This record gives sequence, structure tokens and C-alpha cells, in this order.
Amino acid sequence: MTEELSYKTLTELRKLLDNKTISSLEMTKYFLSRIKTLDKNFNSFVTVTEEVALRQAQDADDFISSAGENPFLCGIPYASKDLFCTKDIRTTASSKILDNYKPPYDATVTEKLNAQKSVLLGKTNLDEFAHGSSTETSAYGASKNPWDNTRIPGGSSGGSTAAVAAGLTPWATATETGGSIRQPASLCGLSGWKPTYGRVSRYGIIAMASSLDSPGAVANNVEDLAHLAEIMSGRDEKDSTTGNIAVPTYAKNLSADMKGIKIGVPKEYFVDGMEDGVKQRVMEAIKEYEKMGAQIVDVSLPYTKYGSLVYAIVCPSEVASNLMRFDGIRYGHSTSEAKNLLEVYEKSRAEGFGDEAKRRILTGTYVLSAGYYDAYYKKAQKVRSLIIKEFADVFKKVDILACPSSPNVAIKLGHAKDNPLFGYIADQLNIPGSLAGLPALSIPCGFAEPQGEALSSSNGVGLPVGLQIIGPQWGEQVVFNAGFAYQQVTDWHKKHPSIK
Amino acid sequence: MTLHKFFRICYNFCMLTKEEVLKLAKLSRIALSDAEVEKFQKNLDTVLGYVDELKKVDTEGLEEVNQVTGLVNVQREDKAVMAENHAEIFAQAPEIKDGYFKVKAIL
Repeated sequence: MTEELSYKTLTELRKLLDNKTISSLEMTKYFLSRIKTLDKNFNSFVTVTEEVALRQAQDADDFISSAGENPFLCGIPYASKDLFCTKDIRTTASSKILDNYKPPYDATVTEKLNAQKSVLLGKTNLDEFAHGSSTETSAYGASKNPWDNTRIPGGSSGGSTAAVAAGLTPWATATETGGSIRQPASLCGLSGWKPTYGRVSRYGIIAMASSLDSPGAVANNVEDLAHLAEIMSGRDEKDSTTGNIAVPTYAKNLSADMKGIKIGVPKEYFVDGMEDGVKQRVMEAIKEYEKMGAQIVDVSLPYTKYGSLVYAIVCPSEVASNLMRFDGIRYGHSTSEAKNLLEVYEKSRAEGFGDEAKRRILTGTYVLSAGYYDAYYKKAQKVRSLIIKEFADVFKKVDILACPSSPNVAIKLGHAKDNPLFGYIADQLNIPGSLAGLPALSIPCGFAEPQGEALSSSNGVGLPVGLQIIGPQWGEQVVFNAGFAYQQVTDWHKKHPSIK
Repeated sequence: MTLHKFFRICYNFCMLTKEEVLKLAKLSRIALSDAEVEKFQKNLDTVLGYVDELKKVDTEGLEEVNQVTGLVNVQREDKAVMAENHAEIFAQAPEIKDGYFKVKAIL
């Protein structure tokens, strides 16, 4: 029976553990052995935490055999993006500067998952400090797409999505700043949740751009994500940007009734250069909603085109500021070549940071330096307010927005590197929502052939396409409902790559 | 002009001087090799061109966004709590002495 474990939903795994069909230890060993035999093809893990996993699984089994109810995630294995601090467990942000870093504390999300008695299988690969959309800027090599391992899994949460898509873990944590959950979930054919900014605590998650960073999750279906959202969300004293709004019982409240729901289709999200196959699949998905009784409304968000420009200024500014903490003195890589303090800073950072991190730090420093702050950063933050208002206005007319998560299916490895703008262009569909702090999902809605390069021979179905659903601020429930409804009438989320 | 083309043009033509890049490197506390200076002169960054595009947007009278949550004056009690993980914190440092982080001479 263990052969069938790899793509079970969390609800199914919960049942297997509760009725003692399988122990957490057996389940954990199953996934660990899959990682051992298969991950060489995908490079989705930076660190596999076998010892921790076996100990946590034993602990969960002891708890399960005692009287009383089990927490929803008790004994269920998961993987965590290597940006989430895990106490005493190596946490690298996929950067050489943190190669040996063992955090002295847990992220709030890690704490919540530990309190549930989750089992940590390992830490997943990402673009260095989440700077990218392909995992190719990782200091530990690129991850590969399980649907065709000559292609990118997307990024920056590409290690998490590759691991879930390959059935190496039932779910994984992920983070978004401007598309880093939705885009890789889309390219790997998974369900991914980007929360409302402030819904999930950022405490203990290595910072990228603090006004945008949103920790979320990727899983095999939307119902799983609704459960995870309940567990991961909530006010945290250690992150003063978390909202005081009560966390609904998202999973229990799930409703597939789409009658009368108004779905806006923003014309600006069907951009020039988008692949025809992607557009077709997304339009078919929107038709599916119409069949379910939803009302489709054409809407326009004219400020969309400024999203990438605002992001390109705001993001490196906040990156430069956040990455200043790496000084080679308190933790992280420290140079052996320095003669004085200044050289400790300059050489430790030169040796520790990769190319893209350096580029973003320098760019941000430029934008924030004297004489440019008002013209660049302040101007961008003013335009950002127009983007926020535009969304607020459109959500007076519609309940959710539907559009593609990515303009293309997964591209070949190496092709993003040639063009440093790949990220920004692909992120046009994700960035405006991120700037406004809105919740969103990407859910699989079919397959398409890539334009340009042919598929590798092992893949006969094409590559996954993702439907994006965006909701109003704090509107996770309506977003989950829409994703859940679609997955009741389609089975794209049940398709998995054939892995040998 | 499509966004894609716009990015392309900026990518090719927006250049910083060598001195500008060296100044940024100094402010950023990153030692750059000569090859890196040359590279970052070329692709640092499209940002230069963005501001011209953003200038076209009328933002007269608008406040800049510093956060999106709408939260105001988030406070907590100003109370000291004991950190129990001194040993783990110091274990991460490359050099410590007598319970302090050790640094090189300033000059």
C-alpha cells in the first residue's frame, strides 16, 4: 500500500494515521526513502533531516497511541523552504553566506508546525535569498521540474514545488514576495497558497522584502491548503504586521457553491507574449466556473503595467536593507582574509553572496542613496497606492479575479539565466497582487505544449498550466472556496508526473 | 512599446560609471572584483529607466505606501524577557572572547 502514499492528501494521511493503518514512523521512512532514491533527479532538498524526522515521527506515534484527539498534522511529514528558521537545524537560504548557519530559534510557523507534531523531512532549495523565479540562483544548484527534468520548477519556492510534485513530501512550506509561490506551483502542477500580507507571521523567516514577504504553502489540493492556512495563520506578537483578524475555520467552511459568485477577468492579465496554450486552458477553466453558476465579468486594471516597475524599485531597496545584517561577525560566513573590521564586512559579503544578491543589494543601495530616495523609492510607493486602490475598487464589483498564474509553461533550465529580466516579466501577473498584499491561489487547470523547444521524450501530456484566483484583502475563504469548487468538478490536481 | 522591449532597451543602454559602482560597493560593504564592477556597470540596473516611466503617473497629493495592512500603532508591553539561548547564539559566531563577539581592529 505504501506505493500509493506519495500523492495522498493530508486528510487521507490523517485518516491512515488515526485508524492506525500505518504509523508515522512507517510513513516518514517511506518519504525519506523516496527522497534518497529520487531526489538526485530533482535536487529539491538542500538538507535532508533524517534524524530529526525519525525522532519527531516516534514522538508523534507515542502521542497518537495516547488517548484523545490528534492535531491535524500530527505525524504527517512535510518539507520546509530553507528560509524558515528551524532551531539547531541548518538553514541556508540557499546562500553560501549561511552555509553553516544553525538558527538558535524557530520561526513562528515552524513553532506552530512543531506544536502540531509535524515531521520535518528536510529543507528545500530556493533561489538564493529567494532572489529569482527559477531556483537557478541557488548556491546549491538548480532544482528540476518533475514533469520534465530538463526544465525549471519555477521559483523561488521551486525546491518545495519540485519535492511535492515528485511525491517526496505530502506538502511543503513556501514564501512569496512577488510570485514565488504561485509561479512554481503553476509550473509544477500543484495547488499553492499566497496569503494576505500579515495573515501569516514572518518571524524567523529570512527576510527578502519586508513589506511584501508572505509565507504560505504548496500541496496537492485546495482542501489541504485550507487546513494548512488555519494552522499557519494568526496574530503574532513577534511580527507587528500580522493582523488582529480572527482566523476562520477555512477547511470546515469550504463551499463549492459558485452560484451568484462574480468572477472578474482582468484584460491586462492576458499579456502580449503569453503562450496560446496557457491562455486557452485558463479560458476553459473560467468557462467551467460559468457552468457552475458563477457570473463572469470583464474588468480592467490599467495600473497593472506599473506593477513590475514599482516592484523593481521597492524590492531591491528592501533587500539591500535586510541583507545589511550579514556582517561576518555574529553568524554566517566570515572571511579569513581580513586585516581590519571594514575588510571583514567587505570580504565576508563578497565571498558569501552570489551574483544576484549582490546585484539587488547594489541596486537597492543606489535607489536609497542620498538624492535618489524621493525620486525612486517614494515615487514607487505612491504609484503602489494607486495599484492598491484599483484592486479595492474592483473588489466592490466582483468577488474574485481569475487569470493565469504564469504567462508560460516551464522553460528549459539555463534559459532564465541568459535574461536577468525573466523574473520581472513572468511576475507581471503576480506582482500587482503582491504589492497590494492580496491573497491568491494557483491551481492546476490542464496541460499545454511549450512554445519553442520541444518536450523531452519521456513526457507525453504537455506541461502543467496554473489558474490564478485572487481575492480581496483577508479574503482567503472566498479564494479557497473557488479553488475547492473547481477541484470538485475537475481532476487536474490528481495528475502527477510519471517518475521512474 | 511592450514592457518586454522596454526592459531590453534599458538593459542594453542604461550604464553607470565605474566610480558610481565603486561608490555603491563601498556603501554596500561588498568588495567587488574588476570584472564584477564592469558587469554591474552594465546591468545595474534597468531601474534607471523605470523612474522615467513612473514619472508619467500622476501621484499629486498621494501618500506613499509604507505598509498594506491598515494596522495603526501596534504596541506591546515594554517588558524584558529572559533569552534562554545565549549559548546557541554565540555558537554561531566565528570568534568569541569572554562571552563577547570578537571583532578585528577598526583600523
